[in-house]
Amino acid sequence: MYPEELLYTKDHEWIRVDGTTGAIGITDHAQKELGDIVFVELPQIGAHLTVKESLGTVESVKAVADIYSPVTGEVTAINPKLQNSPELLNSDPHGEGWLIQVALRDRSETESLMSAEEYEAYLKKGSAH
Amino acid sequence: MKQTALNEVHRRMGARMVEFGGWEMPVEYSGIVEEHLAVRTRAGLFDVSHMGEIEVRGPKAFDLLQFLTPNDLSRLQIFQAQYSALMCPNGSAVDDCVIHRRSEDDFFICVNAANTASDFHHIASRNPFHSPAEAEVRDVSEHYSQLALQGPASAAILRKVSDADLDRLKTYWFCKSECCGVPGLLARTGYTGEDGFEFYFAPSESEEVWDALLDAGETFGLVPVGLGARNTLRLEAAYPLYGHELDGDTTLLEANLGWICKLEKGDFIGRDALARQKEHGVQKKLVGFEMAERGVARDGYPVWIDGKQQGRVTSGSYSPYLKKNIGLAYIPTECAGPGRELEIEIRGKRVRARQTPLPFYKRK
Repeated sequence: MYPEELLYTKDHEWIRVDGTTGAIGITDHAQKELGDIVFVELPQIGAHLTVKESLGTVESVKAVADIYSPVTGEVTAINPKLQNSPELLNSDPHGEGWLIQVALRDRSETESLMSAEEYEAYLKKGSAH
Repeated sequence: MKQTALNEVHRRMGARMVEFGGWEMPVEYSGIVEEHLAVRTRAGLFDVSHMGEIEVRGPKAFDLLQFLTPNDLSRLQIFQAQYSALMCPNGSAVDDCVIHRRSEDDFFICVNAANTASDFHHIASRNPFHSPAEAEVRDVSEHYSQLALQGPASAAILRKVSDADLDRLKTYWFCKSECCGVPGLLARTGYTGEDGFEFYFAPSESEEVWDALLDAGETFGLVPVGLGARNTLRLEAAYPLYGHELDGDTTLLEANLGWICKLEKGDFIGRDALARQKEHGVQKKLVGFEMAERGVARDGYPVWIDGKQQGRVTSGSYSPYLKKNIGLAYIPTECAGPGRELEIEIRGKRVRARQTPLPFYKRK
């Protein structure tokens, strides 16, 4: 279910690291919890992100959720399709529904993130409560 | 938390359950947008058994209700339903409601779930006819499940499972009918802006009726619909929701409900306040708006006009049918008018919006 090449946060974001850049999105669990996503607010290209700080918001019909950056770095690209097709976050959260790309400042920050297996275990533990 | 008789059924169907008005209710099944569009284009089935039902019966039932409500009960015929409210002296309402006249002296009132107990108390404590033989008030909510079948295909679906003469059952009329083999009260009412029906019947038969309606509607594209889409549907139709557009500080005239205030019918609670306000004009007014820039208005967000905060959003959402971000807000009357601009403060940032005529959506 959760792609092995991604790393995951406890706030349900993912990052796909490729050398010194990373693509960031929200997880399938997050999109299911939110329901139909109708609006995405993202930072500008060039914006500076700090790890664990809000990088933008995702809104479903019912709710607003902050997205927290898994890493520190500079925004190098935003997904141009999301302004007109925010539903991509529901239909393909780990692929077409990516949010932004960042130039990582410190790759070691990703070491504390969860693997797919760890994230699935984390979700299971959460739902058991 | 209270549960309706269909709680297990909703879970089995994969509904996401939430708390609403003290009840555990399905908020969505397949997704709010899909469910919303199903109701606008085909049909949707809602479990609204959380709604309360109050009976007022007896020779003085009419007099009691005529005094407690602003609409004119003398115009209500047997087997007709009327949108009305339970009034406070200041011209506001403790709840809005639908009154069904089952006979000359027998009224069946559908009220909001969260207000049922206080509505019952409101009516019972203002009953000057102390003998039950004159006017008896009963909270009968436990004795009824309520399902709403809404959408353009709802009449065709109902024809397959009901003996009611639907051609003669006009909007805001009801009849005693068997539906899916179960007797109950079938009303051509709803809260979606579409043609539709609400069926009140014994809770023990809930699963049978629910399953039979879904079966009958399968070829019409009928789907179960949760409270999420119920809210976006009523917002597009600009129907008020108690606790949002209506509360103890807001008069019915301010809420665009002057059409249910029949000041000429004789005395009723709140009449003087409404008459004064009608003469002098309302200070604030409920208006509709759509966002002119990117952003979703939400309940409680501040409204800015001419650089000053002058109101709040009472309901705001993405509109699945119009594909716009819409909302309702109270603003000073002198600022109201379709086309005029507002700013909605969204998480600290002011975003432009434009007033639009209400309702946002009206069926053709």
